[in-house]
Amino acid sequence: MQYSKKVLEHFTRPHNQGALKNASGVGMVGNPVCGDLMKIYIKVKKDKKKGDIISDIKFETLGCASAIATSSMVTDLAKGKTVEDAMKITRNDVADALDGLPPIKMHCSNLADEALHEAIKDYRNSLIKN
Amino acid sequence: MQKNIYLDYAATTPVDKEVLREMLPYFGEKFGNAMSIHSFGQEALQAVDEARGKIATFFNATPSEIIFTSGATESNNITIKGVLKSYYSKPKNAKIKPHIITSAIEHHCILDSCKAVEQEKLAEISYIKPGKDGVVKISDINNAIKTNTILISVMYVNNEIGTVQPIEKIGKLVKKINAQKKETDFKILFHTDATQAINYCDCDTKKIGVDLLSMSAHKIYGPKGVGILYVKKGTAIKKIQDGGDQEYKMRAGTHNVPGIVGAGKAIELVQKNGQKDAKKIQFLRDYLIEKVLREIPHTMLNGSKIKRSPNNANFTFRDVEGEGLLLSLDMEGVAGSTGSACSSGALSPSHVLMAIGLKAEQAHGSLRLTLGKYTTKQEINTAVQKLKTVVVRLRKISGSVLEDYYSNK
Repeated sequence: MQYSKKVLEHFTRPHNQGALKNASGVGMVGNPVCGDLMKIYIKVKKDKKKGDIISDIKFETLGCASAIATSSMVTDLAKGKTVEDAMKITRNDVADALDGLPPIKMHCSNLADEALHEAIKDYRNSLIKN
Repeated sequence: MQKNIYLDYAATTPVDKEVLREMLPYFGEKFGNAMSIHSFGQEALQAVDEARGKIATFFNATPSEIIFTSGATESNNITIKGVLKSYYSKPKNAKIKPHIITSAIEHHCILDSCKAVEQEKLAEISYIKPGKDGVVKISDINNAIKTNTILISVMYVNNEIGTVQPIEKIGKLVKKINAQKKETDFKILFHTDATQAINYCDCDTKKIGVDLLSMSAHKIYGPKGVGILYVKKGTAIKKIQDGGDQEYKMRAGTHNVPGIVGAGKAIELVQKNGQKDAKKIQFLRDYLIEKVLREIPHTMLNGSKIKRSPNNANFTFRDVEGEGLLLSLDMEGVAGSTGSACSSGALSPSHVLMAIGLKAEQAHGSLRLTLGKYTTKQEINTAVQKLKTVVVRLRKISGSVLEDYYSNK
């Protein structure tokens, strides 16, 4: 099993790592049995022209190197995007941006986009409630 | 650049220089096939016989009880499958399905061999769970014995958590039960996978009371690709590989002469220096365990602290996953091992750590560090320092996700 240089970069120096206070939405996926737990926090700002923009995003991840690298990458991909566009980010987008993942690690990229989508859903649900 | 620190001696060991020196001529000038009649063959055969003699001495056995194989995996496969083959070679046995007892913490080559014969409906298997300390209880073995039990296979030292199993006691139990049996009853054979034990434990086969014992040379500073199966004289077992008449017709295939020579020398060195090395290694290992538990918070030692091989330490760090830990340590120049599923490509974490009652995340967060005769105190100090940094970094990344997961449930 060999990780790409990009995976190792994001694993050793992850971007957007930490928690967000007063997040607009939070998504958490995974379970301790598989070994990976991922939590993504988003801050959404309303922009008159573009719509709802993810102005800030952070993650916390308990997991293997590829789980950490995919968390880092998905936050990079989503930052500055509208929530609509962020919803369109797929596991393949995450894996491709990392120059690929070993086949047995592809499920990690799945978790990353799921966590992001869950955070966006959480944000949308909060709008309905309010 | 600083030299990398190797703390994975349970995975494999470097070949000792003295071992290599003895092996080298058998690749080139003394290349003969030990089964050939001519002088080239005789020269090779003599080397094989010498190695066999050294190994027999170590195990308090006779040379004809030592079978060379390709490794402990093969020795273990021959044990499970060869004992069954012998059993079914007797027509009167065909109607009674035999029973095998093993432990739930065996190496995969025993567990998967057992599962294979179970699936083929050749045997029923009992997998005995150890206690929380990682040691199998004699009473559990005793309770599992049935009239159709033909084999008990329990490892001597567990490869992941280093726990030492009560082999001598099981040997005595088997002897006692067999003595009570009638001439026509099934006798129980006792096998131990001693792969991780050779360097540190008493392997006098008479004393520990085994009929079969497996090992690999590469765990004792010998070469890879050579193993040994001790088969007590008169043991009901049959070969499982067809071909030549090598190894008293128990294991076909041209002798790996350089490897066998290496295995013989490696055993000789264990016999000579083993106790001295073990003492030094245990001192450093105890120092390592104490230092890690003291300097890194939320850390626990897996497996018994006392009934433990002198070279093994196995920790769990809360809020850390093992594969990331291993990779980070490797980048810092420290080589270890983990029971996390993510490192092996398996779907579930270590069966050994789960069997001693760890939660999945605790098994995923495990780190095995195994020492050897070349380990120094300086290396332990550096390794712990790097470990501390890496654990802090990974804990920062995981934040409070685990706690959040359980509080949201």
